[in-house]
Amino acid sequence: MADASLGLWTVPLAVFGGAIRVSTPFLFVSLGECITERSGRINLGLEGTLVMGAMSAYGISYLSGSPWLGVLAAGITGALFGALHAGICSLPRVNDIAVGIALMLLGTGLAFFLGKPLIEPTAARLPAIDFGWWSDIPQLRAALRINVLFLIGVAIAPLLYWAFRTTRWGLLIRTAGESADAARAMGHSVLLIRLRATMVGGFLAGIGGSFLSLFYPGSWNEGLSSGQGITAVALVIFARWDPMLCLWASLAFGGAAALGPALQSVGITSGYHLFNAAPYILTLAIMIITCSPKRTLTGAPAELSITR
Amino acid sequence: MTTEAAESVEAAGVAPAADSGFLQRYGGSIEYILIPGAALVGALAVFGGFIALYGKNPLDLYFYMYYGAFGTWFSWQNTLTRAAPLILTALCTALPAQLGMVIIGGEGALLIGALSATSAALALQGAAPIVVQIAMVIAGMIGGGLWITLSGGLRQYRGVNETISSLLLVYIALAILNHLVEGPMRDPASLNKPSTREIGAANMIGTIPGTDVHWGLVFGLVAAIAAYILIYHTTFGFAARVAGGNIRAAKIVGLGVGKLILTVCFLAGSSAGLAGMIEVAAVQGRTNANLAAGYGFTGILVAFLARQNPLAIIPVAILLGGISASGGLLQRRLGLPDASVLVLQGIIFVFVLASDALYGRIGFLKGKS
Repeated sequence: MADASLGLWTVPLAVFGGAIRVSTPFLFVSLGECITERSGRINLGLEGTLVMGAMSAYGISYLSGSPWLGVLAAGITGALFGALHAGICSLPRVNDIAVGIALMLLGTGLAFFLGKPLIEPTAARLPAIDFGWWSDIPQLRAALRINVLFLIGVAIAPLLYWAFRTTRWGLLIRTAGESADAARAMGHSVLLIRLRATMVGGFLAGIGGSFLSLFYPGSWNEGLSSGQGITAVALVIFARWDPMLCLWASLAFGGAAALGPALQSVGITSGYHLFNAAPYILTLAIMIITCSPKRTLTGAPAELSITR
Repeated sequence: MTTEAAESVEAAGVAPAADSGFLQRYGGSIEYILIPGAALVGALAVFGGFIALYGKNPLDLYFYMYYGAFGTWFSWQNTLTRAAPLILTALCTALPAQLGMVIIGGEGALLIGALSATSAALALQGAAPIVVQIAMVIAGMIGGGLWITLSGGLRQYRGVNETISSLLLVYIALAILNHLVEGPMRDPASLNKPSTREIGAANMIGTIPGTDVHWGLVFGLVAAIAAYILIYHTTFGFAARVAGGNIRAAKIVGLGVGKLILTVCFLAGSSAGLAGMIEVAAVQGRTNANLAAGYGFTGILVAFLARQNPLAIIPVAILLGGISASGGLLQRRLGLPDASVLVLQGIIFVFVLASDALYGRIGFLKGKS
């Protein structure tokens, strides 16, 4: 019935559904990275954190039967990785970008190692809320089956925007990111602020990982994340360290990432891999357009090594 | 100040002193061996503890690692075969590092180099093997070189961070490879594992006589030595190091920083591209997804462990080649997952970076100052 009549309309619909489904990990990682980078440090290791989060969420959900415990475990794992990153970076003369690369490799390796026995079993998955009950078009209903984590992520973005502007914590993080000397002069430990900011960032990235293994695609395997973490880090740069822009950028990315599978579902299979690379090409293109060698980016925390 | 005193200051990196004792003179160089060595031992200890938690005997682990990497002639050959691409991909990170750039996209340049080399070989079917091989080397180097030059150019002319762009280019390279291998370049006969057509047995570069180690190792050694000479014994290398130390000073003295960045990135990418060509012409015989074996990523670790020094890359690549060569034995004898090599590499990387904090802080190496 509707299936046939929709025809090519399935593509934008699937992209729309994908924007919501696929964007959730991007959203969590970019919001987490936004907090970390605002405090003046860049954590490239969130790619590894994402995979670790996915694995630990799946494992805990499988063992305990509760997917929400899995989400919590993923967050805690992420926070521990964040603490490791911040701990090493607080040593003198240690480069935060290099530590991020190391943790990217370590997180991926550790997740594959510990996750080996988890490829076979099926864990309890996160439930979805059916927002499409009013419609009888199956594709639309599928697109509107929305996970609670997505809603939480959407809620965190304005909350973070508000917190950066008005709360004491937001001000402290921004001070540490703009001028470590000023924060020190005010009597605050910059290392401690950054430790906390990196741990919170890792927590959110871990939760982003739990979405991958517990909702969409909803299983654990070694090809689960291919660069979503690093794409999300790049996304923070052109979202100009603004949590609300991170939200819109994540949605755009989710849509781009859903393009390949959407086209495949209507029978356009040639160039499938190229369409799958759409988010990376989009990231690169947007970075080329928005960056400039002559000035530092507006909104960039002054202490950030990547913008100096 | 005499030349000798000046040298000792440079070597030890400490304040000038009247007496030039042994430590005074070589303390700094010893540091460069001692600290990474200690980091390696620390990483092995932590990995042993991790394996103990997993319920295996760490002593067995160390034994099988040694045995699988350097225990027999067979394992030595396996190790050296794996070291060859690692030397070349490590250069892809180490060369731009002289300019202060962190390039981590060696894997992408390797894949593009492999694709270019395969295309060249397929286009020249029927030509004399030596012609095909030379064409493959050139194509692989140009393909990989341009790929990393893209990152360097974006950094120079658009201010795009080269670390992120080079990593994004890895995923794009992988997508291009998968697209070509499953589409336009697919050999219809490759059913289970989509691949290109084979380059032909006659065009393979073969092994060093008396061994099972392919000629790629020699390519790697030559490239590393050439890179060392280029960086430390030519004006070009000197200019690159000046620009890496202080880009503003380099501009003031009139160095063409843009040209430097592009040239160094091209050389870096071409060595990773050469690694891709070697994997095709010495191991796989064709291009398929097997090429994305992670040599590019391990190469980053090799470069950092060697402190971005092209000569030091050679022993470090052999060491890490040995670790990955022992992976198979660890799987078979201890029942460890194949990812244990990745875990160990990650731990080593973390230790090596954390050990950066130790330079110039070890009391007895400082001498009297």
